[in-house]
Amino acid sequence: MLDILYFIIPITIASAAPLIFTAIGGVFSERSGVINIGLEGLMIMGAFIGILFNLFFADVLGAWTPWVSLLVAMLVSALFATLHAVASISFRADQVVSGVAINMLGLAIALFSVKMIFGKGQTDFIQQKIPRFNIPYLEDIPIIGPMFFKLVYGSSIIAIAVAFIAWFVIYKTPFGLRLRSVGEHPMAADTMGIKVTKIRYIAVIISGGLAGIGGAVYSQTITNDFGHATINGQGFMALAAMIFGKWHPIGAMGAALFFGFAQALAISSSSIKFLADIPSVYFHIFPYVLTILALAGFLGKANAPKAIGKPYIKGNR
Amino acid sequence: MNIMSNKMINILVPVISIILGLLVGAVVMLISGYDPVAGYTALWNGIFGDSYVIGETIRQISPYILAGLAVAFAFRTGLFNIGVEGQLIVGWFAAAYVGMAFELPKIIHLPLALIAAAVAGALWGLIPGILKAKLHVHEVIVTIMMNYIAFHVVNALIKTISGGGFKLDRIQPTASLRSDFLSNLTDFSTLHYGIFVALAMVVVMWFILEKTKSGFELKSVGFNQNASQYAGMSVNKNIVMAMVISGAFAGLGGAMEALGTFGTISLMGGFTGIGFDGIAVALLGANTPLGVVFGATLFGSLKYGANNMPNAAGIPIEIVSIIIALVIFFVACGYIIRIGLVRLRKNKKEAK
Repeated sequence: MLDILYFIIPITIASAAPLIFTAIGGVFSERSGVINIGLEGLMIMGAFIGILFNLFFADVLGAWTPWVSLLVAMLVSALFATLHAVASISFRADQVVSGVAINMLGLAIALFSVKMIFGKGQTDFIQQKIPRFNIPYLEDIPIIGPMFFKLVYGSSIIAIAVAFIAWFVIYKTPFGLRLRSVGEHPMAADTMGIKVTKIRYIAVIISGGLAGIGGAVYSQTITNDFGHATINGQGFMALAAMIFGKWHPIGAMGAALFFGFAQALAISSSSIKFLADIPSVYFHIFPYVLTILALAGFLGKANAPKAIGKPYIKGNR
Repeated sequence: MNIMSNKMINILVPVISIILGLLVGAVVMLISGYDPVAGYTALWNGIFGDSYVIGETIRQISPYILAGLAVAFAFRTGLFNIGVEGQLIVGWFAAAYVGMAFELPKIIHLPLALIAAAVAGALWGLIPGILKAKLHVHEVIVTIMMNYIAFHVVNALIKTISGGGFKLDRIQPTASLRSDFLSNLTDFSTLHYGIFVALAMVVVMWFILEKTKSGFELKSVGFNQNASQYAGMSVNKNIVMAMVISGAFAGLGGAMEALGTFGTISLMGGFTGIGFDGIAVALLGANTPLGVVFGATLFGSLKYGANNMPNAAGIPIEIVSIIIALVIFFVACGYIIRIGLVRLRKNKKEAK
């Protein structure tokens, strides 16, 4: 039994990290009242840019490459998210439709560029991967140490830190209060002098940046190259984690870890004795079924921010 | 003296979006070092070049029409069915399975396979419909999740039924939509009778919406739920019905691929994309049956014509996906285009 946990928990954490980044990005956007279905497309963009930058700059940057790649992926995806922001905040586009367009556009641009640059359907493999660390002292704890704290991807540590920082920003800072108020009741916020449009732009751009990191973490830890199926539903799974976590950063992190666990089981169930008889499809659909149940209220009521999906038009009631 | 009426603007918004999409597509090709003229020439030839590609283009349009109808029908009741993709996948599977597993005379077998696809799609739409009606769960998220469930479940079913293989056995000829006549007419393309099924469904959607009491109720719920409730209509019933009918259209879209184009279903590495393109089709067609035919014709042609671009102009086919995504984006931003047009109209008036 313990062997199984030694095997599964590291996979869980590794598969959860990209989801955590992206789901928290989603929390920022949706808390400000802008639906972001485009997380998948933003993640694809991040995954692609991460690999591309990594391949081209590995010689120059050496061991720093994956980290700089994360930053570049963050910037590009943040820029890409601005498209969604302009459409859904300034141009009053249907936010779901704009998100769908972002998803299609992200995949199309990434694949177009891959074919243009590499002349084939996928990139080469990267040499500089995100390194794994042993966390000092904690790794020496019996049982738990080797399970959680040995050979952890650096990005996973950052992911968990980001979740707590996001919690602090959203619940303990003036900006966070403004963010939440804009998502609940933009007119009241506007009356109090909060710039609704500005806050929403910032939120959507943050969500793009985080989703970009999420994508780049995925591609630089799990696949190590980029192709058409590199990001295949991770963005939507992050969206699910955000909802299952009730639009709360820590909740989203918990949900992402849980979904990571489901993914880890799906990957490794065939090699575990008492799970081998259960078809892996059950583990694959598990996160999605769970999200539907959560939404249906079987797992405690999840309430979306009140003003979600509605463009704010000054002077309209 | 209203030169540019509102109706005119409604038609202009999609037209301008298409033009903008093609223009930005040309810019993308230029920046990437490709020749846009060669690119669009290749695209044109890929769509209309000879009777074979025309046949293939029409074949591609059939599932697009049905996916577009599915999205549009739900939209008219105020529902955003992103789950067309999943409904289409289960429809595809159901049709392929029924087509393969039974031996019946054609007159029974083909309709049975089509009905199986429609029923599978309808069931896949029923779940989000019921959740929306009874528990007020937003249909967008549920349908997205249902897409992934459909994807994984169908892949698992294919594996199980084929005994570990990667596709089902071919359908019996008695369930096929293939047509020697249409094929010969178009230089042996894979054009099949599916296009007539799709067009028939266009008429069905028009008939339901415009000529029946339920259609009136569905539209009315789409306009204003409270008013409809007050007028004595059952909002819940209409929501469920809209999702079921929408899912049935999507399922038939899958049947086009199962019984016409491919004659089977294989393990999927990713989504087909037809369901998502259906959103574009419906948006461009302003959610009307006739509009969907135009939207499907445009996007279906683009999608098939793109296959000619790598060979004829050396441009990756994804350029067309970029253009389609841009068109959706611009249609979504219709508000700003509308404002631009209204300003233009005012300026013209003042100039007089």
